[in-house]
Amino acid sequence: MDSTNTNQATSEKPVVSGRLDKIFLNLSDVASFITHFFREVLVPPYEGREIIRQCYEVGVRSLPLLSLTGFITGIVFTNQSRPSLATFGATSWLPSLIAIALVRALSPLVTALIAAGRVGSNIGAELGSMRVTEQIDAMEVSATNPFKFLVVSRVLATTITIPILSLYFSLVGMLGSYLNVHQNEETSFLTFIEQFFSSITFLDINSAVIKATVFGFTIGVVGCYKGYHSSKGTEGVGRAANSAVVTSMFIIFIEELLILQIVNAIRAS
Amino acid sequence: MQSVPANQIKPQRTEESRPSAVIAIRGLKISFGDLHVLRGVDLDLYQGENLVVLGRSGTGKSVLIKIIAGLLRPDSGEVDVLGQNVDQLSARELDTLRLKIGFSFQNSALYDSMTVRENLEFPLIRNVRNLSRQEINRSVEEALDDVGLKQTINQMPSELSGGQRKRIGIARTLILKPEIMLYDEPTAGLDPITSSEINNLINEVKERHNTSSIVITHDLTCAKTVGDRIAMLLDGRFEQVGTFEEVFAADDERVKQFYDYKFVD
Repeated sequence: MDSTNTNQATSEKPVVSGRLDKIFLNLSDVASFITHFFREVLVPPYEGREIIRQCYEVGVRSLPLLSLTGFITGIVFTNQSRPSLATFGATSWLPSLIAIALVRALSPLVTALIAAGRVGSNIGAELGSMRVTEQIDAMEVSATNPFKFLVVSRVLATTITIPILSLYFSLVGMLGSYLNVHQNEETSFLTFIEQFFSSITFLDINSAVIKATVFGFTIGVVGCYKGYHSSKGTEGVGRAANSAVVTSMFIIFIEELLILQIVNAIRAS
Repeated sequence: MQSVPANQIKPQRTEESRPSAVIAIRGLKISFGDLHVLRGVDLDLYQGENLVVLGRSGTGKSVLIKIIAGLLRPDSGEVDVLGQNVDQLSARELDTLRLKIGFSFQNSALYDSMTVRENLEFPLIRNVRNLSRQEINRSVEEALDDVGLKQTINQMPSELSGGQRKRIGIARTLILKPEIMLYDEPTAGLDPITSSEINNLINEVKERHNTSSIVITHDLTCAKTVGDRIAMLLDGRFEQVGTFEEVFAADDERVKQFYDYKFVD
């Protein structure tokens, strides 16, 4: 029971220093939150309908924003890269450059950052509001496991849909880039596609999907953790939403750096 | 009246006809950090009675019923609900017990993203297997009928007034036909007329569904209207327990102060 955990956590006395204790208590809380998730995700009953509903909320409702962002990113990145390549007379490499940039780095990262802003804040605010208005307690007393219903479904939804959205972002970005390349270099669609896909490897796509999956899990866990443990009324709800976005983005950049090192090590081996 | 331990005071019935306790609390203590909220609470709730828990804000009234429902774990003491020690139940056993307990929250706690119908269906669909659509609809309509709000079935909680939200909250708990009802501040924030309607509803629920209830309030009109017994929570313990008249006839300055300040009849 989470109320109990909160009760126990607040009764802990500082051991070394208040701030250090708080950091360790928070880390331990997050660790037990993630452990709780893995325990619940494996045990029936499964919240299939709620997971699908959340996938729709996270995925389908993010499509307009991601379409616009992906398309513009494709155009702008192509436009900005052209002068540098033109210096060496290598504008024909534009599709390859865009492919590598989009698939390896931009798509997972930009999709995750957009999702952290749109989905993470939404989850933080929604669960935070449910916590302070006792809706989570109401679920618990009506013999429904709120962690499974609210947290597991949302974390699974972000983990499943962010990689798909990331691939979608790559495709839309590719279209935006193609329009720009076609307008300036008069490259045909088939040539563009051929160059685009010939420059990316299975490892690129694989690492992009893994990266987006990790980012999706992070967004879900952070949003749910912040909202689920929200307190102090409406002020706490705002803080949960804000903190969900800031913390997710911070962790996503660190994860990006770590995964990049691992992928580079695999590529070099 | 002398201060009497709560568990020694029974509803006004003879020893032979005394009903059994559906909730028995012994030596209950809970603290939040350095704040000792409950300091050894003893209390019995008997079959078919409405027990009102009175006390000032922040004295731990809501904490008490959250412990009964298993939402909070006490530091020490025992809470037996329908013969089961709440603290020793597994998660599954606790869920089974919770189906027999209806909890009406102070702010109704209706699910914002669901309509009234979905709010009422939620506990039913998740806890009662193999129900047909017709049976679900019938149960929802009956529960709404019980609280006189059948017309709100397709409305969102945000479209309801405070009193309507309270009633829907009560209907949502009634749909599982609980044996025990826990009301947390049922009349808080309501006008006197709506408060009176809620008080009547609490009495109707007891009569119609034969429930035993604990009503948390600091509204003395509510206490007098619905309470078979009153338990006065003072300094983390039940210092006065009895009928409304008995409790407020007590020679205790803290009780008198509460009565003089709050009661308007």
